[in-house]
Amino acid sequence: MTLFEQLPILVVVVPLFVAPLLAMVASQGRLPWLIATLTTAITFLIAIALTTQVLQSGTIFYELGNWPVPFGIGLAIGPFSALMLLIISGASLAALVAGGQSMDSEVGQEHQSLLYSCWLLAMAGLIGITVTGDAFNVFVFMEISSLASYVMVANGPNRRALTASFTYLVTGTTGATFYLIGVGYLYMMTGTLNLADMADRLSDVSDTLPVMIAAGFLVLGLALKAALFPMHAWMPNAYQFAPTPVAIFFAACSTKVALFVMLRFDFVVLLPNLGEQAYFLSSLLIPLCVAAFLVGSAVAMFERDLKRMLGYSSVAQIGYIVLAISLVSSAGVTAAVLHFFNHALIKAALFVAVAGIVLRFGTSNIDQLAGLGRRMPLTMLGFVMAGLSLIGVPLTAGFISKWYLIQAVLEEPGLGILLTILILTSSLMAVVYIWKVVEVAYFKVPAHGSLNDVKREEAPLAILVTLWLLVAANIWFGIDPELPLSLATMEAFDLMGGGQ
Amino acid sequence: MTLLGLYNYWVFILLLVVGLYAVLASGNYVKRMIGLGIFQSAVFLLFITMDKVEGGTGPIFRGAPSPDQLFANPLPQVLILTAIVVGIAVTALGLAIAIRIREEYGSVEEADTRRLDEQA
Repeated sequence: MTLFEQLPILVVVVPLFVAPLLAMVASQGRLPWLIATLTTAITFLIAIALTTQVLQSGTIFYELGNWPVPFGIGLAIGPFSALMLLIISGASLAALVAGGQSMDSEVGQEHQSLLYSCWLLAMAGLIGITVTGDAFNVFVFMEISSLASYVMVANGPNRRALTASFTYLVTGTTGATFYLIGVGYLYMMTGTLNLADMADRLSDVSDTLPVMIAAGFLVLGLALKAALFPMHAWMPNAYQFAPTPVAIFFAACSTKVALFVMLRFDFVVLLPNLGEQAYFLSSLLIPLCVAAFLVGSAVAMFERDLKRMLGYSSVAQIGYIVLAISLVSSAGVTAAVLHFFNHALIKAALFVAVAGIVLRFGTSNIDQLAGLGRRMPLTMLGFVMAGLSLIGVPLTAGFISKWYLIQAVLEEPGLGILLTILILTSSLMAVVYIWKVVEVAYFKVPAHGSLNDVKREEAPLAILVTLWLLVAANIWFGIDPELPLSLATMEAFDLMGGGQ
Repeated sequence: MTLLGLYNYWVFILLLVVGLYAVLASGNYVKRMIGLGIFQSAVFLLFITMDKVEGGTGPIFRGAPSPDQLFANPLPQVLILTAIVVGIAVTALGLAIAIRIREEYGSVEEADTRRLDEQA
């Protein structure tokens, strides 16, 4: 056995093992940050190695402890898992590199090693969810990452971080428990926890009541975790009050992992075995998604806090992703997977810019950001570019997502035109809320003195470099979406190619 | 099966609903944690009930097992051991946050924390 063959488990184990060691390191200077960043960088390299392997030879299977699969836990890294690995470890790396200084200004020195330890645990949990092929294992990893996330949110500088974290904890635990009930019902019907095995055995009992109940509980629980409208109330609070680097990390990947599990269950386990109910499921979800992107964008237009505004914008983006999933078509899956990747790039860039702004202005309240465009021109330009990508302007990654999403929607007979109009309306609202920031940043006169008095004071180099790398990635994948697109179509073929 | 034969499942539903109601209806952070605890134990009961095999004993090997001996299914029990550990961790963390809220606001009532935040 070479080390190379062990990569599928190492990607989880490396951060998981470093986390408790990091908690024992004395919280002095930059050491905890350095250890966390190095560990994340190693994880990111492993993720790249795994992705190239998947691109070459398809899904990787790995049996834990060499136990054959229905008895032991099997790991399965398909094209979508590989993409998620890149998103999670990449977002974590970007947030750590950019966020070191913000963390120093927002979290006390004595708590830092514990906080970074939680960070690695959260990352290990999120990665674990994406690589495992076992339904109960998903629950365990979900709780590892969630518990660590609650702690990280509670460490925010404002005391309202505590109540935000509490709401997050109650909502998250309720969601995870619903998920567990759903898994329980499926286990009762099949006697197995392995997802692929479960799908096979369910064909004998398809369309029975327990399977439908299981589907209900699973979708509800995961929707709570993913902050799908109207279960999104915890998310804008958690984003606003968490330490800014944590918000970068979460915004890019944490709720998406719940959507990933939802997509897995929907397509691998439930849809082949629910027949008529598949239609019922999507007719239930599509109105919720439409409400999510309309309400999310509308609230974002009136929000005066930058982080909260981006939180509501994420509610809208989750609406797009779930809409693409619930179309139950090959084009829909491709659009959903693409938007997973592109939205992570967009939101990470926006939040990195916000981290720089908060560091210099000491606030994320939009009304107090007058003169921003003169004080930090490069940071603000990066924010605007990422904003254009969020809106979906051509030559950005956001445009590619919207393009595939609208194509998938138009395949839907009857509803297609209406849904397209609604998506475009929501995009127009995104123009409004990004413009709101631009207007204050470039045109509003500061309370004291005039625009010409504003001194130039850029964000630290780490933030600028990360921001512009992310912006460059937004443009690169807007012109040449080869990597996410090939993984997305591979996944769509795996999920839809055989069955439908 | 009769109504009584499904006794455990009725209790499961009852606990589930009672717990969820406490989580949603109470504005007290400690009471909400209690509700969450009840809600989670409902699921433990669901799993423990489904592993029962009629006429089966506990899944412990003693001596040479005879082929017609019946055992309860040990797998859900193991799963629930893990879930109980997760539940304890969640409860401990939730109560720790409640203590921190009390330190900062001097109250564990959601109405009070909300009022204090609006004043600030």
